[in-house]
This record gives sequence, structure tokens and C-alpha cells, in this order.
Amino acid sequence: MSGTAITAAATETAPLPRFDLWVWIETAAAWLFGIVWIAPLLYAVWAAIHPTGYATTFDLFAPLTLENFATAWVSAPFARYFLNTFLLVTMILVAQFVLCTLAAFVFARADFPGAGILFALVLVQLMITPDVLLVENYRTMSALGLVDTILAIGLPYMASAFGIFLLRQTFKQVPLELEEAARVEGCGTMAILLRVYVPLAKPTYLAYGLVSVSFHWNNFLWPLVITNSVETRPLTVGLAVFATLDQGIDWAIISAATLMTSAPLLLGFLLFQRQFVQSFMRAGIK
Amino acid sequence: MTLTRRTALAAAAATLAAPAVLRAQQVRELTFYYPIAIGGPVPRIIDGYCEAFQRESGITVKPVYSGFYGETLTKAVTAIRGGTGPHFSVLLAAELHSLRDMDILAPIEDIDNSAETKAWLSGFFPAFMANSLAEGKTWSVPFQRSTSIYFYNKAMFREVGLNPDAPPRTWAELVDAGKKLTRREGAGGRWGVQLATNHGTAQWTFGALCNQVNHTLMNEAGTEVYFNHPRAIEAASFWRDMAFTHQITPQGVTEWAVLAPNFLQGTAAMIWSTTGNLTNVRTNASFEFGVAGLPGKEAPRTVVGGGNLYIFKNANPAERQAVLRFARFLTSPELAADWCIKTGYLAVRPDAWETEALKRYTAEFPPALVAKEQLPVATGELSTYENQRVYKALNDNLQALLTGSKSAQQAMADAQAEADRVLRPFRRG
Amino acid sequence: MPRRTTIHAWLMLTPALVLLFGFTHYPAVATFWHSLFSTPRGSRPARWVGFENYTYLFEDPVFLQALWNNAIYALATIPLSIAIALAMALWVNSRIAGRTALRMAYFTPTVLPMIAVANLWLFFYTPDYGLLDRVTAALFGWGPTNWIGSRETALGAMIAVAVWKEAGFFMIFYLAALQAIPPSLYEAAAIEGASRARVFWRVTVPLLGPTTLFILVNAVINAFRLVDHIIVMTRGGPDNATALLLTYIYELGFRFWDTASASALTMILLAILAATAAFQFLVLERRVHYR
Repeated sequence: MSGTAITAAATETAPLPRFDLWVWIETAAAWLFGIVWIAPLLYAVWAAIHPTGYATTFDLFAPLTLENFATAWVSAPFARYFLNTFLLVTMILVAQFVLCTLAAFVFARADFPGAGILFALVLVQLMITPDVLLVENYRTMSALGLVDTILAIGLPYMASAFGIFLLRQTFKQVPLELEEAARVEGCGTMAILLRVYVPLAKPTYLAYGLVSVSFHWNNFLWPLVITNSVETRPLTVGLAVFATLDQGIDWAIISAATLMTSAPLLLGFLLFQRQFVQSFMRAGIK
Repeated sequence: MTLTRRTALAAAAATLAAPAVLRAQQVRELTFYYPIAIGGPVPRIIDGYCEAFQRESGITVKPVYSGFYGETLTKAVTAIRGGTGPHFSVLLAAELHSLRDMDILAPIEDIDNSAETKAWLSGFFPAFMANSLAEGKTWSVPFQRSTSIYFYNKAMFREVGLNPDAPPRTWAELVDAGKKLTRREGAGGRWGVQLATNHGTAQWTFGALCNQVNHTLMNEAGTEVYFNHPRAIEAASFWRDMAFTHQITPQGVTEWAVLAPNFLQGTAAMIWSTTGNLTNVRTNASFEFGVAGLPGKEAPRTVVGGGNLYIFKNANPAERQAVLRFARFLTSPELAADWCIKTGYLAVRPDAWETEALKRYTAEFPPALVAKEQLPVATGELSTYENQRVYKALNDNLQALLTGSKSAQQAMADAQAEADRVLRPFRRG
Repeated sequence: MPRRTTIHAWLMLTPALVLLFGFTHYPAVATFWHSLFSTPRGSRPARWVGFENYTYLFEDPVFLQALWNNAIYALATIPLSIAIALAMALWVNSRIAGRTALRMAYFTPTVLPMIAVANLWLFFYTPDYGLLDRVTAALFGWGPTNWIGSRETALGAMIAVAVWKEAGFFMIFYLAALQAIPPSLYEAAAIEGASRARVFWRVTVPLLGPTTLFILVNAVINAFRLVDHIIVMTRGGPDNATALLLTYIYELGFRFWDTASASALTMILLAILAATAAFQFLVLERRVHYR
């Protein structure tokens, strides 16, 4: 298909002389978008390292301070929130890896009556996400006695259709000969899965893991509904509670808190951004 | 913060006078939800009170700070329905009827009906008790209470030739001052006056405006509202005129959260806010500011607001007794005075204003007296069944009014129709 | 031994299926069931009302407004975020100056919690001294605008935040797809002297089809799910100008405890999602070359 397109294009002449101008315009546009996209972060840094009064004035010679971080840190149990979020994303990630690997393997390789229908039912979750089923899931959690637990925040997301779908795609590309070879060596089904399939799907795990961690680190509405106490609140809910002030908003402190809560993800992304993008490419999410 | 030993001892003495039966019960720990952001200074003050109570009674009281009033209400009710609710909570005083309707409250008289408790209950400002009484019972204890007052920038008053010691007392004076103070051209623009119009606060501001034309928005039983009354429409028209005709306040919605920053930033010469902001503004203002009671059409009128302490049914009888004891501890004159000095919220009992500490404070800082002086001309906050829904009906229409998409008559008629629809089931008897 | 394999298969599937059915399929069905009863209140238990909750909703002006807003929100955020994501991916994939820094800038919104950045955007949109007002004043001499406080601009402001949030995430998928296109195709095109625009439309775009479908699915879900910033910044105001279906579900279910209406509204949202899903998989699937 692309072949015909190029043949058709060959009959025309390329406007080479104006090429440079276009590059300039594009570069400018790209940078304009870049500035807009990074602006909130830059502003947060600016506001966080200056005293409250300077948060809105942009005086280049404003005094620097780290006090906003100290104030934000002591005025809410952020250490506890960090722990909760850490437990939450770890728990979800481990459960997703285990559950999705098992299910994806079956959907990729096993052929039994009803497999197609089951897989279609799994894909339903791609559209009907737990996020919109707040009311009913709250009812379920309350019946299970799980309201206000970290487990309850994670439970609806553990069997992820997205994860099953991605891993199934990857597993399908594993050559059957590798599986046969392992079987000849006397490996059982689980051993084949762990020694042949899982290692080959590493980029998929990395890419999916990063998406999952950033999603659940930042998830808000369901945790807001299901948690009531400091012991279970993740960072996002803690931050929302922190930011609603009877006395009015203090942008310097809010900015400091924002930077603090997103620092781990931000740092992780800065350090691993190359691997991150490459894992997406190798995972074949495209 | 730490309580002074004297204050704690005095408070302890006050609660020790409670009937012996209160102390006989064994309760180890109480949990309560508290509607304040964790950010401000308030949580540390509350923590201090809880520790003092623990030292005196052996009962640990664990506050859970859960956002603003709306969020805390959501959390408390959702948790109680899920079976994991707190023993008590500070919630908007105006939620009285809604919470009663949910059948989750334990009235004070059912917990302790002694003459001594009755005497204690009668010692609160009547303006605050208005939101606690229904069907002959007391359903909550006033605590984090405030009135709507205004803060004004004295430097700006001087700059435009207004007397900084005679802030506006009537609507006409407000418009006049507002016109002088508003500056829309060039850099450093500012508004004469700003009022909060976001969800959660608009109905409060409007309650004050209606009281300023001697109009009350609901009946005492909380089953009827009077939004389309001519005087309510007059109040709405005045608000709309401030934005569209006189142009002394911004059109559209103004968030509560930005009022104080705007004032401190100098983009609002006057803000209608809560007494609870007094300490905040006092600490952060880089200019001389004044505090005054809200104006009225003819003379100053305002509205009370803030939160009361509600005791929930899911606490067992011993726990309810313990909560009551904590409530008495919190509202003892010394603690109420301490609370008032540290936050700007009002001491809810006249006897607190007689304490040495508060007398000394108000002598030093007279603005602290303004809110209390407004109490005789204050009305209760809008309070009905299905309170949040009625708030939404009113606030949606107030926002339509101020964004210019509805006239005052239309907005009030629509609000009335929607509120009537919501309240219909409660009026059958 | 097909029998043993089948048993194995079921054993491996069960944990995932139990959770999936428990928290996706069961609640979807239960929501429908509960939407046919009235809300229990205090002493009044729930009673069968048939489709009354649905008729009540369609008489509710707030619901109709939310439905309309959500349609605009979806029709704006989906194409905008996809187009911007594609542009970003192309820039970052080309030899543009500073592309590593740009890639980082584009992607940062993805890792920042929406709830946190909502407060920063609140500052950007503040009239007078907010960043946006200062920029428009300096560039065009505009007066102050109450961006999120007036009906005309509030929804647009919310759409901008949503696009800002998701475009960088979608860019990564396009970037991965672009880098997987064999360079030989471009070389061939260059030899034959094809213009850049032509190469883009005839080579790049067709090869990005499957990625676009995948991104489209995500963008559609986000159009109904990405509401954190609205809950924090406007609570649906002014006068419901920014109310969306999910914010109204939250409000009905957890502010008014009207679980019956919330259930009926959830069913309507599910129906919309199911319809768009069916459209995507039945109509669009055939047009793209999917492996």
C-alpha cells in the first residue's frame, strides 16, 4: 500500500528550497508547546522556593527559602501518605503481574471451548473501567467489610484487562519451538511460563509496570470515596484534604506539597526516561 | 502548640464538676472527624486539646482531619453507612435537619437529661443554638462557630479619600466606597469588594444578604424555603447590580479559596469572609487592615456559620457519655477563650468572654470583638432537609445570576422550584 | 491430554476472572438492578419503582446539562489530545533542536498527580494576577478574565487541563510506533523525491493506524473518566457549566446519597461507553490493519 503511494508521489517535485523555513516554524511550535507543558512544574518550583508573598509576583531577586517544604511536611502526615501510596502501588503491581500473566498465558496459548467469549468479556473492562462503578463497588466493599482499607483501593484494579491484553499480544509472538524445546527438557506448564515466556516479555512488564504505577500513584476519585482515615489515605487524597483551606489557599505551600508528592515519580522518570520509551517500543504497544 | 498548664487545669476543674456517672464508665478511645484542612494551624491546636483531655480523663480522642465541611460530611455519613463511622464529628451546623432525617444522631437529652447538663446547654449564645434545636431536643453542641464579617484595606481607604475608621454600614455606602476603591484600568487593578460565590459558600453569603433586607430563607422545621420572596429577589438584585451595574465586584464565580489571597495580594479592597480568618490575615497582611460587621440595606446585618459537634448513634452509651464530657471540656470558658484567641473563631459561650485571657486579648486587639458584637444582628445559616441538594439548587442559580445568564427573578424562581421539588416529600407531615 | 490442559487453563484463569467479574461485570449488572429501586432513607426502605429513576433523570436539567457538557468535553479532548500527541511525537522523533528536553517536557504532566496540578492551574486561571491573565495582558493587552468563573470559558479551561494532562502520555505510544517504522520506507520515498507532506500522509499515517485506534480507545475512556480536576477546581460550577456525567454521579451518590439516581446515571454512562466501544471495534477495526 505504501509502495503505490510513493510511486504516485514520485511524479511531483519536492519543494526543497522552503524546507528551512518550515523547520524554523516547527521548532518554534514545538518549543511553544514544550513551554506550556512544563509551565505548571516550573511555576511549582518557583513558588515553592520563595516565601509566600512572592508566590504571585515573579520578582527575580526574591529571597530563596526551603521553609515551604518544611511547613508542608510537618503540617500533614505525608510520611504516612507516602507509605500508604507505596504499599498501594506495590500491592497492585504484584497482583497485576501474577494475575495477568496467568490469564494472558491461557488466552495466548490454550484453546478450549468458550475461550473467545471469555476473552471478549475480559476486554469489556477496557471500556467499563472500575472508575465509573464507584457506587456499586462501594456497596461491595462495605459488604466485605473492607471499607477504609488499602486492599479495597487496589482490589478493583488487580485483574486488569489492559494488562491481560498486552501480555497476550506479547506471548503470542513467542515462537512455539521454544516451548517445545522446554517441554522436551521435561518442563511443566508453569516452568515453561516462567522460564520461556516471562523472560521474553520483560519490556512489556516494564512498560506496563510504569503505566500502572503512574496511574495508581495519581488515582484520586475511588481512593477518595473508599478511604476515611490517615492510615489508608494515599498521597493524592491526602493532598486534596491538605489543599482545602478555610483560610484560603497558600500557593507556596501547596506547590511545595505538590513537588514533594510527585517527586518520586518525576525523579524516576528523569532517570529512566530512555529505557521507558524504549520499553514501550519493544513491548509492541503500538 | 502547648496549652498553658493553668488553662488545662481550669478546664479540668470544669469537667470534674460533671456528674459522677460520666466518669464511672470505661472508654479508652474516641474517634472524630474534623472539617479543617491539615495545612493551617488549627489541627495542632485541636491535637493539643485532645492531649490535654487525655491527660485529664485517660480517654484518647483521635481527630481525623478530613477536608472542608462538604468533604467531611460526605466522609462521615458514608463511613457510618458502611458501619465504620466515627463516634462524633464536627459538621456544618446547618446540616441539622438532613442528619436528623438520616436517623444517625443521638440527641444530648437522650444521653444525659440531668438539670446540670441542661444548665450547661443554656449557657451558649442563643444565635448559635438556633441550629441545634429541633423537636424540643438538642442535636449538636456549638463549637467551631463564626459570623460573616468583612476585612478592609485601610491603606486603600486612605488613598481614595475614605475614612479608614468609618467603613460602610449600609448598601448605599458600600456601593459608594466600592466605586471609589475599584480600579479596572492599567496595571494593579483591584475590586472594591469580593464575595465568595462557589459551591459550598454562595448560600452562606446569600443568607447574609437576605438578612440585610430582614428576610429569612427557611422555616424553622427546615421543610420550606422562601427563595422567590420579593425581599430575597431584592437581595439577589443587589448582588447582581454590584457586579453588573456598579461593577465593584467581579462577574462570574469567585472561589472562597482565593478571597484571602486576593485581599493579601491587594486585588480586593474588601472581602466578605469568616471571623475564622482573623488570625491568618493578622499574621500575613503587609498593610493596615480593619474588620467590620457586614453592612445591611439600612444597618449592619450578618449570618452565623461554622460547625457544631454532633454525637452519632453508632457510639455505645458509655462512648456517648465520654463524647459529651469531651464537648464540655472543649466549651469550658478557658478553652473556648483559648480557641478564640488562637484562631479567630468565636467563643461560643458568654462566660468565655468574661475570662481574663480573652479580656486581655480583646483589649489588645479590638477587631476580635467585632464578630461577637454582630451576634445580635445575625441570622442562622440556611438549613433544611436534603440540605446539600437545596444548597445546590440555590448555588447553581446564584452562579447563573452572577454570570449574567439569569435575572434575579428568574434565578430565584428556578431555585425555588428545584428546592420545592426536593423538599416535597418532607412537607406531607 | 486436552482435558488436563483445560483444567489447568481454568485454574490459571480463575483468580483474574473472579476479580474481573466481581468488580466489573457484577457491579454493572447490580447497578442496573439497583437503578430500579428508590433510595432507602432513614426509616423508609427501598421500594420497586421500575424506570422512574430514569424518567426523573431526564427531567433533571442538571443531568441534561452534564450530558451536553460531556459530549463537548469528549468531542474536544479526543481529537485535540490525539492531534497534539501526534505532532509532539513527530517533533521529538525528528532532528529538532533539544528534542530530549522537549520529550521530557511533554511527558511530565503524565507523572504529575492531577489533583496536585489542579491547584497550580487554579493559580494560572486566577483573574488579575494569575499567570494566564498576565500573559494575555502583556501580549494582547486583554483585561482580566474570570477563566473558570464564567460560563463561557469554564468548560474550555477544563478541557485545556485534560488535553495538557493526556497528550504527553499518548505521545509515547506514537513515538514507539514511529520508531518501529522501517527507515527503508522513508529512504525509498526520498529517492523518489516525495514531498514531506506526501510521505507523512501516504507512509506515516497508514502505518500509525493501529496505534491511533489504541489511543482512541484510551482517549474515549478518559473523556468520561478524567474528572479529578473538575472536582477540585469547580465542583461542576459555575451553574453546572463544567458538570460532567462522572462528577454528577459522584455528587448524587456521595454528596446527596441518592444512590438510586446515581445508579441510573451510571447505567446511562455505561450504555454510552458500550455504544462507543461497539462502534470502535466493529467499524474502525475493519479500516485499520491490525495484527
